[in-house]
Amino acid sequence: MPAKATRAAFGEALLDLGAKDDRIVTLDADLSKSTMTVAFAKKYPDRAFNVGIAESNMIGIGAGLALAGRIPFVASFACFLVGRFETIRISVAYTGANVKLVGTHVGVAIGEDGYSQMGLEDIACIRALPNIPIIQPADELECKQVMAYAVEHQGPLYLRLTRQNLEAVCPADYRFQLGKWLRLREGGDVTVIASGGTVWNALEAAKLLEADGIHAEVINAACIKPLDEAMLLASARRTGHVVTVEDHSIVGGLGGAVAELLSELAPTPVKRLGVTGFGESGDAKGLYAKHGLDPAGIARSVKKALGK
Amino acid sequence: MDTAGLEAIARECRVQIIRMITHAGSGHPGGSNSVIDILVALYFGKPLRLDPKRPDWPDRDRVILSKGHAVPALYAVMSRAGFIPESQLTTLRKLGSPLQGHPDRTALPGIEAATGSLGQGLSIAEGEALGLKMAGSAARVYCILGDGESQEGQVWEAAMEGPKLGQPKHPLDNLTVILDYNRIQLDDFVAKILDIEPIVAKWQGFGWPVQEIDGHDFGQIQKALDQAEATKGRPSFIVAHTVKGKGVPWMENNPEWHGKAPKPSEAITAIRDILGVTEAAWGEYLTRNSATRAIVDELAALAKK
Repeated sequence: MPAKATRAAFGEALLDLGAKDDRIVTLDADLSKSTMTVAFAKKYPDRAFNVGIAESNMIGIGAGLALAGRIPFVASFACFLVGRFETIRISVAYTGANVKLVGTHVGVAIGEDGYSQMGLEDIACIRALPNIPIIQPADELECKQVMAYAVEHQGPLYLRLTRQNLEAVCPADYRFQLGKWLRLREGGDVTVIASGGTVWNALEAAKLLEADGIHAEVINAACIKPLDEAMLLASARRTGHVVTVEDHSIVGGLGGAVAELLSELAPTPVKRLGVTGFGESGDAKGLYAKHGLDPAGIARSVKKALGK
Repeated sequence: MDTAGLEAIARECRVQIIRMITHAGSGHPGGSNSVIDILVALYFGKPLRLDPKRPDWPDRDRVILSKGHAVPALYAVMSRAGFIPESQLTTLRKLGSPLQGHPDRTALPGIEAATGSLGQGLSIAEGEALGLKMAGSAARVYCILGDGESQEGQVWEAAMEGPKLGQPKHPLDNLTVILDYNRIQLDDFVAKILDIEPIVAKWQGFGWPVQEIDGHDFGQIQKALDQAEATKGRPSFIVAHTVKGKGVPWMENNPEWHGKAPKPSEAITAIRDILGVTEAAWGEYLTRNSATRAIVDELAALAKK
């Protein structure tokens, strides 16, 4: 499969699933061309609602539609969507509305637009709510699997999608399951857990490490909530070292979730790789290098964590 | 139901509001008693298409109390309508009770949305009205807003969207929004904190047909609800002028009683005021009205605790 942005895979999946299930509707706040719901809106104009630049209202309307039996996909940039946290907290989570929240343009990888457009704290916010699973697919195949799951899942969930193209990492026979991670590479020296746009880089880093005689296990953690507790504990106990890699703040994201779980159940040193401080404008490659999320940076941090 | 019948139910509900808030030891009597006549008109005057045996009936009418702090008023009508046993009303705000301090949809069948974090109810109501239209349902949605709540930005996002959402295929003419304009918010009078005037011109400016009524006059409420239902092609807005704390003269129009529970002795006086009985006639009244007697005895016992 050629590289594809998960937002693009999301848009294609909507068309496919929308043809089979007329309960599916979309909501946008003037970003449908960016979130890629636009093709669905063209094909199903009576089921696509662009409510203007008013995200709180969009989320609330989504909750109401869900309460009346529709399956709304409510999409915007992750920062603008989750920025309306209080509406998500009460109108969606506490109300128990079957709303599919879709945050696109996550991380510093969006590059030139700069920090105000980057979703960097969205996982931390949504993780704190009791009943919203958080899923971040790593490639087109996984995104389409996750979309099929999202339609079946009863209750709210949060999908975290990239603007940038992602190389295929999942095998063709992969099937997404909530709370299950995918081991992409086996290794006994260190467990590298990545999610979304950083999974490919983690795999590339493992190749660099292999050349230095370090055998890294690489796990694709599409499910950030709930974690795959069994796989995490088994791998951490086996390798004794865990490194997390994500295009999100190192506070409260995948790394935070992994560290919290391990500290309670299997204390293991955890190195969290991610974004520190605010993001900034620049090219995506340069930003990944700056935050140590490129293959060389990941390999460097893994070696340091192993004391090598 | 005729006006006298509705007024009698409203008195019963006001008694229950005072009773449950007093047992809880906290709550919002002022805004509950300003909105109760509107809720009684909806649940028993209209009446709404509801079935307490099937709270998830897809074609039921929906009431979304966006000013969620007035939920004791909603519990009072829901109890009268058969959704909640009357005995459960005294569990308001207590550990383990489905009668949460603010509405919790997942805890209590018959509650349509979690509200009380102000400004969110109208957006949900619009989505639900749209969803019902898409499903081909004839059900209607009623959203009750507070005046202080109207200072929230999300209300105006929804105000701008309401007449446009779903057009042209599914206009939201199945949605009626009612403003409980009691003129008092938590800290003080609305006009002193952040005046929402000119409120009629604002909603009209956003494209809503607006009616202005006395929110304690059942004839006017009924007529306005009927006119809203007859309006096609867009949702309707009703400005209901109300009195905060209505029914208890010493609570009326007094910001002190926005969010304070009466003491049991005060509650008994409030109940006597609601029922319009003089102090001299009270003893005899209670011998003739065993239900009120039980409520008063229960409050008197609470005072001794």
